[in-house]
Amino acid sequence: MMRPVSKALLASIWFMLLTFPVMGIKLNTVKQTVEWQFDRIILLGVAIFFLSLLWNWCFSRKGRGLPLIALPTGMGARLGRLCSLPLRDGRSRAVSLTVLLLVMLIMPLASSFYQTNIMILAMLYVMLALGLNIAVGIAGQLVLGYVAFYAVGAYAYALLNQFFGLGFWACLPVGGLLAVLFGLALGFPVLRLRGDYLAIVTLGFGEIVRLTLLNWTSLTGGSGGIKNIPGPSFFGKQLSIEGNTIFIYYLVLLAVILTIVVITRLKNSRVGLALQALREDEIACEAMGIDLARVKLSAFALSSCWAGFAGVIFAAKSTFINPASFTFMESAMILSMVVLGGMGSIVGVVIAALILILAPEYLRAFSDYRMLIFGAIMVVMMIFRPQGLVTGERRKYRISALKGEQA
Amino acid sequence: MDVQYFIELFFSGLTRGSIYALIALGYTLVYGIIELINFAHGEIYMLGAFTALLVAGVLGIMGFPAGGILVVAALAAIIWSAAYGFTLEKVAYKPLRGAPRLSPLISAIGMSIFLQNYVLLAQTSEYLPFPRLLPDMEFLDYIDNIMGPSDFLILVCSMLAMVALTIFIRYTKMGKAMRATAQNRKMALLLGINADRIISLTFIVGSSLAALGGVLIASHMGQVNFSIGFLAGLKAFTAAVLGGIGSIPGAVVGGLVLGIAESFTTGYLSGNYEDALAFALLIFILIFRPDGILGKAKVQKV
Amino acid sequence: MKKGISWLAAALLTTALAAPALAEDTIKIGVQGAHSGDLASYGVPSLNAAKLVIEEANAKGGVLGKKIELVAQDDQCKPELATNAATKLISDGVAAVMGPICSGPTNAALPMFESAKLISISPTATTPALTLEGKHPYFLRTVAHDNAQAELTSGYIKDVIKAKKVAYLHDNGEYGKGFATQNRNILEKAGIETVLFEAVTPDAVDFSSVVRKLRRAKADVLVFGGYQPTASKLVQQMRRDRVDTPLMGPDGVKDETFLKMTGKDSEGVLASYPKDTSSLDMYKKAREAHVKQFGTEPGFGFYNAYAAMQAILKAIETSGGTDTAKLLEALKSNEVDTPLGKLSFNKSGDAAGLGLSVYVVKDGKFVETDHTITLH
Repeated sequence: MMRPVSKALLASIWFMLLTFPVMGIKLNTVKQTVEWQFDRIILLGVAIFFLSLLWNWCFSRKGRGLPLIALPTGMGARLGRLCSLPLRDGRSRAVSLTVLLLVMLIMPLASSFYQTNIMILAMLYVMLALGLNIAVGIAGQLVLGYVAFYAVGAYAYALLNQFFGLGFWACLPVGGLLAVLFGLALGFPVLRLRGDYLAIVTLGFGEIVRLTLLNWTSLTGGSGGIKNIPGPSFFGKQLSIEGNTIFIYYLVLLAVILTIVVITRLKNSRVGLALQALREDEIACEAMGIDLARVKLSAFALSSCWAGFAGVIFAAKSTFINPASFTFMESAMILSMVVLGGMGSIVGVVIAALILILAPEYLRAFSDYRMLIFGAIMVVMMIFRPQGLVTGERRKYRISALKGEQA
Repeated sequence: MDVQYFIELFFSGLTRGSIYALIALGYTLVYGIIELINFAHGEIYMLGAFTALLVAGVLGIMGFPAGGILVVAALAAIIWSAAYGFTLEKVAYKPLRGAPRLSPLISAIGMSIFLQNYVLLAQTSEYLPFPRLLPDMEFLDYIDNIMGPSDFLILVCSMLAMVALTIFIRYTKMGKAMRATAQNRKMALLLGINADRIISLTFIVGSSLAALGGVLIASHMGQVNFSIGFLAGLKAFTAAVLGGIGSIPGAVVGGLVLGIAESFTTGYLSGNYEDALAFALLIFILIFRPDGILGKAKVQKV
Repeated sequence: MKKGISWLAAALLTTALAAPALAEDTIKIGVQGAHSGDLASYGVPSLNAAKLVIEEANAKGGVLGKKIELVAQDDQCKPELATNAATKLISDGVAAVMGPICSGPTNAALPMFESAKLISISPTATTPALTLEGKHPYFLRTVAHDNAQAELTSGYIKDVIKAKKVAYLHDNGEYGKGFATQNRNILEKAGIETVLFEAVTPDAVDFSSVVRKLRRAKADVLVFGGYQPTASKLVQQMRRDRVDTPLMGPDGVKDETFLKMTGKDSEGVLASYPKDTSSLDMYKKAREAHVKQFGTEPGFGFYNAYAAMQAILKAIETSGGTDTAKLLEALKSNEVDTPLGKLSFNKSGDAAGLGLSVYVVKDGKFVETDHTITLH
C-alpha cells in the first residue's frame, strides 16, 4: 500500500510527462522556432500533487461513507439551520419566497439594462435545464440533443413571423406544440432503445436538426440566420428595445415560476411517479403494469415542450437567430446544469443554471475556462456527488411504518 | 455509367473508411469490455494528431530527415495517446465502476469537453500546419487519379494495424484474457485474470489505434486543430454501431461501409448531405437493427 | 453550494458598486468581439489594434484633453453572448463601439446599439446586408463587404481567366456561402455555366470525393467560399489528385499560414484581398507597434480595426464631443489617414477609398495583380 504522499508524487510526475508535449511545446510554425514552456509543466506538476492528495482524501471519505465537506461541529449545524431557516415552516417559507419574488420583481427597475439582459439569459437556461430535467432527472432518459427542441421553438417563431406575420403571442403556444411534435417524432422510434443508445440517437437527432437548419437556406436563411425578429407586443404595442427587454424579463420570470410549479406538481402526479419508476427500472416498471410507451412519450413531450417555449422567448429576446446557437455544446451545457444541480432536484437545477450562466458573466477572467470547467464539473460530480448539489427528493415508503399499522 | 468515376469514389471512401475503422476499433474494444461509450475517444485521436504535430515540428526545426521524423512522430503520438487513454480510464471511468450506466457516459462527455478545451487553452484555436513528410511514390502513377501517397499510406497502415490487432486478440495470452473478460467478466476474474489490468490494456490498445489514425489524417490533410476529434469520433462511433458495437470485424466493416457510403453521397448527390447521411444512418441502425451488421443480439436481463 | 452563492453575492455586489463609476474625465470606447473561445484568433488582433491606437492617443494627451478608456467585451462570436456584451457596453456608457467581429453577433447586437443611438464600426463583419439594406444608420465598417469582393473576383474570372464553366464550393458558413453565391449570381448573369455548387464539411477527414467530383465537372475555375484551413485542405487534395483547376478565394484565404500549409501546391491560387498598402508609413508604424508590444506579426483584421479606431478618435476630435449625430456626420464627411490608405465613409456606411485587388500565388508568395477595384 503506497502512502498518499508518494502516490501524489507519482501522479504529479506522471502528469508532467503526460502533458509534456501539449503543455510544454509551443511551435511557431511560420517562424520555425520552438518555445519550451517548462514553467507551465512545473506549475502543473505542483497542482497535480495537491489535487492528487485531495483526490485521495475525497476517496477515503467516500469510501467511509462520509460527506465530502464536513464543517467543524457546531458551525456546520448552525449553518445548516441558518440555511434551512427560511424553509422551516410554512410561514417563514412564504415570507422568504415573497422576499425573493420581490427582489426579482424590482431587479430590472433598480439595475442596469445589462443586468436585466443577462438575468433573462440565465432564466432561459433555468427553463431549459428544468425542462431537460424532466427527461434526464425524473424519467432517466439521457437526451443529448435537447437543443434541437430549443431550435425548433426559436425557428418556429422566427419563420412564422417572417412568412405569415404571426406575432409572439400566437407563436408561443405554436412553438411549444411544434417542439412537442418533434419530441414525439423522436420519441416514437426510440421507444425500444435505452440508456446510452438512446443518448446517441438523440445526439444524432440534434445534429440533423442543426444541419437541416444550416442547409435549407431557402427557408431558414442557412448560416446567415433570421434577423429583425420582433419582440412580444404589449397590449398590441411594440416596445422599444429597453422596454422590450424589461417586458421579456417579467415574461421569463413568470415562465420560470410556472415551470417550477408545473414540475413540482408533475413530480407527485401519476405521470410523474410513473416517470420516476421508469428511471429506476424499466423492466420492473413494465412488469408493474405501466404502459412504457405512453410514459416514455410523455417524458419526451413534456420535456421538449419547455424547450420550445424557451426557444420562442429566446428568438424574441435576441431578435436574431442562426444555427450557431444550437450546437451540441449547448446541449452539453444544459446537461451539465442538470448534472451539477442534481438530477431530479428542482432547487438544485435552478441554482446550477444560475451559477453556470452568471459566473462567467461576472467573473470575466473565468470565461476562458468556462467550457474546461463545465467538462471537469461533469466528471467530478459523477464521481463524488452523482446526486448533484442538492439531492433530488425521492419519495420513500417506509415498510416498518406500514407493518406497524397492520399490527 | 462512368466506371472510372465509380472506382475513384470507391477509393475515396476506402481512405476515409479506414480512418473511421481505426477509430471505431477503440470504441468497440472498450464497449466490448465495459459496455461504455467512450465519448472522449475522438479527443484521444485529436491528441494523437497534435502530439505528432508538435514532435514533428520540433524535430523538423532541429533538422532531422523527413522519413525519420514521420516514424518518430507517429511513435510519440501512439505512446502519448496510449498514456492519455490509460489516464482517462483511471481518472474518469474507474471510480465509476458499478455506478448507474449513465454516470460513466456523462463523465465521458465531460472528459471530451475537458480535453478539447485543454488543447485549446494550452495550444491555440488556430489550425496548425502539419509538415509534409511523405515522399512521392512513383509506383502509384500506374493507378493515376485513384490513390495518392497518403491514401496509400493510410490503407497500408490501417490494414497492418488491423491484422496486428487480430493476431494480438486471437493468439496472445493478453488478447485471450481480453476476450475472456469481454465474454464474462466474473468468470474471467475467477480464472485469475486481473480485470483492472485488462481494462487498462483495452484503453491503451484502442488509444494507440486512434493515435495512428490521427497521425495518418494529420499528414493527409496537412493540418491539425483542437476540434477535429468531435466529428471524426462521432462518425467512427457510427461506424462501430453500424458494424455491431463490441465486434472487432464489425468495426472494420462498419468503418469501410460508412466511408464508402459518404463518398458516394458526395459523388452522386451533394456534399451538403454527407454529415446528415451519417447521422441518419446512425439513427436508422440503432432503431431497426441495434446490433449492427455483424453484432449479436443480446437479451436484457433484470 | 453555499460557497458558490456567497461568491455570487460578492460578485453581484462588486459589479453593482462598480457600475456607476464617476469618471467623466475619460471618454470610453467599447471594443466587442471574440476575445476568448475557439474563434479568439479572429477577435484578439482587433483588440490589440484598439489598445495600440488608444495608447498612442493617450500618450499625446488624449482626445479633447480627455483620456481614452478602452472597454472590452467578449462575445466569443456567439449571437446570444453578443447581446449581453452590447448591453454591457451601453450600460457602461461608451461613446462608440469598435466591433463586433463576426457577422452573426453584429446582427444580434445592432438593434441594441441602435436603440441606444450608439455608433459601431466593425473591422471585419462583411455580410453585405448590414450596410446595403440601409436599415442600420449607426453601423459602419472598415472592411469591404462580400459583394464587393465577389464583384472583383467574378470580374477576374470573366475577363482575365475567360472561364466558360465555373465550379463553386463553400463551407456552409455565412461568409463562405455568401461569397460563392454572389459570384455565381454575377457569373450566371454573364452567361457562364455553373457546373458544381455545393458545401464541404470543414472538419471532414478527407476531401477526395468532392475533388474527384470537381475533376469530373471539368470546370475552368473553382470559386471557393470559406477560410484558409478548409481552402488549404482542398488545394492539397486537388493537387494530389492532379486537378489543376485554379482556385479563387475570398480574403479569408490569403494568409501566411495558407502558404505554409500548402507549400508548392498553392502556386496559382487566387484570392481577393485589400490592396497592398504596406508601403504606407502608417501601415509600417502600426505593424512595428504591434511587433514591439505583442512580439508577433499582426493577425486577422488588425489593420481594419486600427483604421476603425483611428476613425472613431478622429471623429470625436473634429466633432468636439461624443454626440452621436455629430460623430456620424464627422465620420461621413472627413477623410482619415489609416494603414489602409485614406478612408471616409459613404452613405450606407461602407469605407470609401478602400481598394481591393486580386492576388495570385507566385513562387510561394501572394503577388498583387493589377486587377483592382476601389470602393466609393
